[in-house]
Amino acid sequence: MKNDQTLGEILRDQGISRRGFLKFCAATASLLALPPGSVPAIAAALENARRPSVIWLSFQECTGCTESLTRSDAASIEDLIFNTISLDYHHTLQAASGTGAEDARQSAMKENWGKYLLVVDGSIPTGNPGYSTIAGISNVDMLMEVAAGAAAIVAVGSCASFGGIPHASPNPTGAVSVSDLISDKPVINVPGCPPIPVVIAGVLTQFLTFGIPELDELHRPMAFYGKSIHDRCYRRPFYDRGLFAETFDDEGARKGWCLYKLGCKGPTTYNACATTKWNEGTSFPIQSGHPCLGCSQPDFWDAGGFYQALSIPTGDISRAAVYGVGAGIAAGALMGALNRGRKSHAVRVHEKVTIDDLEKEHEK
Amino acid sequence: MAESTLAELEIEVGDIGTHNVIPLLHEIRHALAQLLEEGKETVIDLRSIPLAPGEEAAIEQALGEGEMQAVLSALGPSDFRESSYPGVWLVTHYNHDDKIVGKFVEVAIVPSLLRSQPEDMAAGLRRLEARLMEDGGNQGE
Repeated sequence: MKNDQTLGEILRDQGISRRGFLKFCAATASLLALPPGSVPAIAAALENARRPSVIWLSFQECTGCTESLTRSDAASIEDLIFNTISLDYHHTLQAASGTGAEDARQSAMKENWGKYLLVVDGSIPTGNPGYSTIAGISNVDMLMEVAAGAAAIVAVGSCASFGGIPHASPNPTGAVSVSDLISDKPVINVPGCPPIPVVIAGVLTQFLTFGIPELDELHRPMAFYGKSIHDRCYRRPFYDRGLFAETFDDEGARKGWCLYKLGCKGPTTYNACATTKWNEGTSFPIQSGHPCLGCSQPDFWDAGGFYQALSIPTGDISRAAVYGVGAGIAAGALMGALNRGRKSHAVRVHEKVTIDDLEKEHEK
Repeated sequence: MAESTLAELEIEVGDIGTHNVIPLLHEIRHALAQLLEEGKETVIDLRSIPLAPGEEAAIEQALGEGEMQAVLSALGPSDFRESSYPGVWLVTHYNHDDKIVGKFVEVAIVPSLLRSQPEDMAAGLRRLEARLMEDGGNQGE
């Protein structure tokens, strides 16, 4: 497949009819939360889009983001978009290894300098360079080398977007996000632990269709991260009426009431889970009866207990709480005021456990 | 134990819901009036509206079944069902694994994807011409 072919040409070569293409565009419009009337504009843009070269770098990560994407049950929309990009380097997925793999990266960079799309998953350790290396090259060095020739960078997952779990206190590797290191290239953050598979595909489609999408203050595409989980949650009417589950097995839980008091971070979390959902639109955590963990927000791991209501302050107010806006915040502020006494007590009695403590415990 | 599907599991979700079903039906009513008066077609993306479990089924039930059904086979099947209100179609796109990738209410005389597309017609014409040329050439031999 030639890299200079347009997407329209590639699809026609694959025997996809105009009807099939328009169906793809209708599903894409739905995915991008664009009005159905935008289908002709999407069709015109995709028809003439060029097949991009993509270099995918994986740093300090668990491969969950790649798993999310590749386990997406072979949905044709994702298939289609990934069949039309040229994934020239992805060390988990590619057959080549060692110098063969690194040669593929170098030649993709050379042939497409200034035009390729760089996708990164995982955070980048800035402590000892030996914490994470690929082919003997430190993550920082590889990122800087590949980013220099990229047209844009997509940071997939909360680790690449915000540092994620490796960045969680006490951050032993000095983990940072892509945008902590790169300031001279457009960086599109696609956070989530992992991100919704179709959102990853959707962002790539959006990039191919309309270039850099509209981003929020955290560089997340507004199409997927423009609304809070709470704003789009089907349980919102229960919240508005003050109907909450207090435990996981009470009457409220059985009746599907709001999970706010069980620690739901929906009011401060921006993602598409409530409408796009997971597993081909089957469900999402709140629909399954579990509070949102807030995994697409910065520092979600350090934002207090997963089962503590947002209104119960943690000793260390994280960025996740600072960035939160929405109706729940007003209620949270009120309840927070009521809980100030509890907070100061919690801070007084809280003892941090260090690795030394754990080792001593183990030696006992 | 027999394996049960998600749809077979009874999940109690309370009786409040999102209250989006009736407003959506009003939106469809406005769109149908607009189609009759101005000929303007409308497409409503059901996946863009927050709906509680069971509410999508409630919308389908409210629309009912009409006289016309059609199936498109392109990148997986697509199902076009006219509701009991002529001009109001429920359009569901599936992928090759029969998973839903889009669900729309289309208010139109004929849903746009059911019409033959000029690009496909032009390609079909070229194929037919080539075939006749080939057949003609063979007959001349």
